[in-house]
Amino acid sequence: MTDVAIGLTVNGQPVEVSIEPRLTLATLLRRHLRLTGTHIGCEHGVCGACTVIVDGDAVRSCLVFAVQADGTEVTTIEGLARGEDLSPLQAAFQKHHALQCGFCTPGILTTMHALLNEEPNPSEDRIRDVLSGNICRCTGYLPIVEAVLEAAAAYRKEARS
Amino acid sequence: MKPAPFEYARPGTLAEALSFLTVDDAKPIAGGQSLIPLLALRMAAPKLLVDISRIAELKGVEFGSDYIKLGALTRWCDVLKNPQLAVQHPLIVEAIGHTAHYQIRNRGTVGGSCSHADPSAEMPAVAVTCEAQFEIKSLRGTRIVPADEFFTSVLTTTLEPDELLISIRLPSWPSDRRYAFQEFARRVGDFAMAGCVVFWDEEDGCCVNPHVGVFGVADTPIRVRDVEEVLVNRPVTTNVIVEAVSTLQRIVIPLDDIHAPSAYRSALLGVLLERALLSASSCQRGQTA
Repeated sequence: MTDVAIGLTVNGQPVEVSIEPRLTLATLLRRHLRLTGTHIGCEHGVCGACTVIVDGDAVRSCLVFAVQADGTEVTTIEGLARGEDLSPLQAAFQKHHALQCGFCTPGILTTMHALLNEEPNPSEDRIRDVLSGNICRCTGYLPIVEAVLEAAAAYRKEARS
Repeated sequence: MKPAPFEYARPGTLAEALSFLTVDDAKPIAGGQSLIPLLALRMAAPKLLVDISRIAELKGVEFGSDYIKLGALTRWCDVLKNPQLAVQHPLIVEAIGHTAHYQIRNRGTVGGSCSHADPSAEMPAVAVTCEAQFEIKSLRGTRIVPADEFFTSVLTTTLEPDELLISIRLPSWPSDRRYAFQEFARRVGDFAMAGCVVFWDEEDGCCVNPHVGVFGVADTPIRVRDVEEVLVNRPVTTNVIVEAVSTLQRIVIPLDDIHAPSAYRSALLGVLLERALLSASSCQRGQTA
C-alpha cells in the first residue's frame, strides 16, 4: 500500500515521517518515535491506556490512524514533566500512591491533564465520570481521584496567571 | 498493525469526497471510533479509506426556525459543550451524556454513529424517536430519508456505498416539553443492554403528541406507537404507566444475546420505561428530573 508523508508536532518537536495508512498513532509513537510511555492495552478503544492529547483533546491513540494526526500537535506522557521535575499532576499521583503496576498510568495522566486544562475545577463526580474511560486494575481508583482533586489547585493557579 | 492494508485519501471538499466514494470498496472515515475497532478486528477491510474529517461543509450545528441541523461531523463533545443545544434540545444533550467515554467523545461524531448503526447506540434512538430527517448525498444527487427508514438492521442502513450522510435534521423542541432518557449498561459508557426515550407535550394535564422509542432490544432502534396510543390524551398517572409498560412488553420481544436473555431485557425495558414516564411526568415543565 502507498505510504503517506505526514508532519506533526510531538511534545513540541517537529516530526516528519512516511508511513503506511493503517499505522495507528499509538504505534507511530511507540515504534517509530520510541516514545514507549504510551501503553497499548486493548488496541480497540476500551481500556484508555494509550490516551494522548491531540490538539488539546484527550483521545485514544489506538483509535486514531497516524495519517489522521497529520498537522496536529500531540502531547504524550513524555511531554508532561517539566524538565527533570514531575508536573503537579504527576507529583500528586506519587504522593497519593495513585499507581501500582503503572500500566494504565500514562493514559490516566494524559486524560486528567487534558481535563484539568479545560476544567480546572472539576467535581469528584466529574473526575469519576471522565475516569470511567480508563481501566485500572490495581488501585481501585480512590487514590487517583484524590490525586486529581489535589492537583487541580495547580491548574486553577495556572489558569488565573 | 492489526488492520488489513488500505489506501488513504483526505479530500478537502465534499464534492471530492463523494467522488472518492465512487471507487470500488471505498469507506468514509470521520472520527473512526466505531470503524477503527472493526478494522483492527478485521471485521471490515475496505480498499480505500476516505477521511472526511476536515471537510468544513459537514461541520457545525444550525438552529433554524423549525429545525435543528447537526452536521455529520458534529462530535459528541461538541453536542455536550453547546450551550444553545442544552436549551433548545435538552433531550439530545442528556442522551449523549450516556454515549461512550470522555476520550471517544472527543472524536466520535453523530454522523459516524448513525452510519455505523449499532442497535444499542443513543444517537440513532434519539433520531428515530424525534422523527429526524437524514440528508444523504452522492454524486448522483441528494435524498432525504426519515430516521425510521434509515436504519434497516444491525450495523446496516439504507446508505449505498457511494453515499455519505451529510446532516441530521431534528424538528424544533418546545421549551416546555416533557421528556426523559433512560438506559442501563453494566459499566458507565458501555453500550446499553436496553434503553428508552420518551417525550410529550402537555395540554390541560393530558399527554399530547407522545413519542416513545426503545433501543438495544431489536435490530434497530424502534418507535413504539402502541405505547404512544396508551398515553395519548390521558394524564400520565400510575395506572396509565402500568398500562404503557405492559403494552411495551407485549409488543416488543427483545433479542437474546451473550449479554442478556430476552426475558431479562424485557423486564429491564419495562423498568426503564416506568422510570422514564415517572421522571418526565413528575418533573416541572421544561426541567429534567
